[in-house]
Amino acid sequence: MPEFAGRELTFAGAIREALAEEMRRDSRVCILGEDVAEAGTPFKVLSGLVEEFGSERVVDTPISEAGFTGLAVGAAMTGLRPVVDIMFGDFITLTMDQMVNQAAKVHYMSGGKWKVPMVLRTTLGASRRSGAQHSQSLHAWFSHIPGLKVVLPSTPYDAKGLLKSAIRDENPVVFFEDKMMYKLKGPVPVEEYTIPLGVADIKRQGDDITIVATSSMVQVALASAEMLDKIGVSAEVIDPRTTWPLDERTLIESAKKTSRAIVVDEGYARYGVTAEIASVIAEGAFHYLDAPVKRIGAMHVPIPFSPPLEDATVPSDRSIFEVASALCGRS
Amino acid sequence: MTLTAGRTKAGPDVAVEKWLRMYRRMLTIRLFEEQVTDLYTRAIMPGLAHLYTGEEAVAVGVCEALRPDDYITSTHRGHGHCLAKGASPDRMFAELLGKEAGYCRGKGGSMHIADPSTGNLGANAIVAGSVGIATGAAFSAKRLGNGRVAVCFFGEGALGQGVLYEVMNLAQLFKLPVMYVCENNLYTEYTPYTETTAGDIPARAVAFGIRAETVDGQDVRAVHATAFELVERARKGNGPAFLLCNTYRYGGHHVGDISRDYYRSKEEEKKWMEERDPLKILSGWMAAQNMADAALFDGIESEIKEEIKTAVEFAVSAPYPRPGEVDEDVYA
Repeated sequence: MPEFAGRELTFAGAIREALAEEMRRDSRVCILGEDVAEAGTPFKVLSGLVEEFGSERVVDTPISEAGFTGLAVGAAMTGLRPVVDIMFGDFITLTMDQMVNQAAKVHYMSGGKWKVPMVLRTTLGASRRSGAQHSQSLHAWFSHIPGLKVVLPSTPYDAKGLLKSAIRDENPVVFFEDKMMYKLKGPVPVEEYTIPLGVADIKRQGDDITIVATSSMVQVALASAEMLDKIGVSAEVIDPRTTWPLDERTLIESAKKTSRAIVVDEGYARYGVTAEIASVIAEGAFHYLDAPVKRIGAMHVPIPFSPPLEDATVPSDRSIFEVASALCGRS
Repeated sequence: MTLTAGRTKAGPDVAVEKWLRMYRRMLTIRLFEEQVTDLYTRAIMPGLAHLYTGEEAVAVGVCEALRPDDYITSTHRGHGHCLAKGASPDRMFAELLGKEAGYCRGKGGSMHIADPSTGNLGANAIVAGSVGIATGAAFSAKRLGNGRVAVCFFGEGALGQGVLYEVMNLAQLFKLPVMYVCENNLYTEYTPYTETTAGDIPARAVAFGIRAETVDGQDVRAVHATAFELVERARKGNGPAFLLCNTYRYGGHHVGDISRDYYRSKEEEKKWMEERDPLKILSGWMAAQNMADAALFDGIESEIKEEIKTAVEFAVSAPYPRPGEVDEDVYA
């Protein structure tokens, strides 16, 4: 990530600024969702937007995720660029037909004639003590579907640049925000910029092991890299930033360089993002690897409420450190 | 006269040409579907198709009330809607056969014909799958102020899907120019609709404050008159409408559903075909009004038969897509 003197924004502030800039730039961009207008969402990510753009463009909807997501698909096909807000990532289950059978397939089924330039913003991530239906990380579901793009920013800088690209994209894009990161601060330049979808970012250079991490797991992986540094292991941390399109080359090149790789993601490891990325690395860097590619994801349980139980389900800097040091023969 | 030309401003008070145009369109659908059956029986068409035969007056009566730039969404039983909105039989047959010249370059097939040039947002193989899309098109029309109306066709089977009620609520809250057209052909696949549908159908829309009307879906004049009024009402900004059209599916759920005794009788089918046929009802009325005679209808029939024959020949001889096209158009 480039260095910037001066301004810092929170993750939520970066998202709000991306939306505001795109709405000023393009009158077709509108926001639809539950409590997105005056309430600015329960996380206050959208505060102030209805005051600037009005309730015609920042539209409060009933609690009808399937209905307003479906409406957004049709609106995107016919001249608008809707950004749908699904309050909790757990609620994407209610949008699945609209996203998987409609949004993802319209362009292909019509032989390339209709397009669906929409964004679905939602959250992921546990550890808010919210229980099993407000804590899941289900981004793998959408990553599985041809026709969708899936974005997982890990910093305020990335969130802003990636969201602007998502809004300008001609395809349906699903944008996952870890709700634990909304207050995270980071440098964001005042000047206009975008980040292309499908380009990984090396968050930390290293030589001994590659840690591929997504969303808030990037911050956790960076913390574990500092711990590894203290025992003489140099970790490279790579954030793919989008699970599709996936920057396979950057992941493979890093693994070739370090000969070891761990993939960390807050979704379930089984049949999940870690499985796919580990497979990409195993196939692409096979002859360079000194150890099997390891995966760390959420435990295969519904997210429990009780704090010590919930904390046990999520990858931590300690768990990454332990797997990495073992992989490097240090334990 | 071509099948797609000559559209005039719609109105309940229409001239002979207009009824003839609707007759031609209904007959085009009827003869199109006959050929689909033939292509299926002769194993020329891959997959299956769900025929619109018997329901022609609904699509034609409604679409005659629309402008060329108005939107429709359609269903798995969608050939009639596509043709009524102005699609050409030749490119439709090509799509049904999976050919490059098809409306979707062979990627959609019978259940997914879409055509921006006629405002067709696409046929949809998920029951109630397009209700969100149609409502969204109406949302755009209102926001962009382009005066367009969206019509959402669906069968009574879609009444079982919750998303329909979500979008009707949204449409009424936002006063969107959308008309939900429920084609009750009496059978939800292989089950009489009375076994799947509780209570009163239009009352479901009325509960949202949506204007709801019920018409005889076999009488194209009745369909058209009510559809025109509701469409113009929506166009003027007075909100969504729900139009229940009582109709009948002459054939099975799809072309392969030929043994239907376990869910309905041959006598029932015969009664509808003889007494409630939309083509006979319109031609009978026109003859009684001295607007047309048998010779005119015969002439129209041979003309359309010829067009359909040419269209089938075009599709059969058209090339398939290149295999390399398989991963094109996944992303725009």
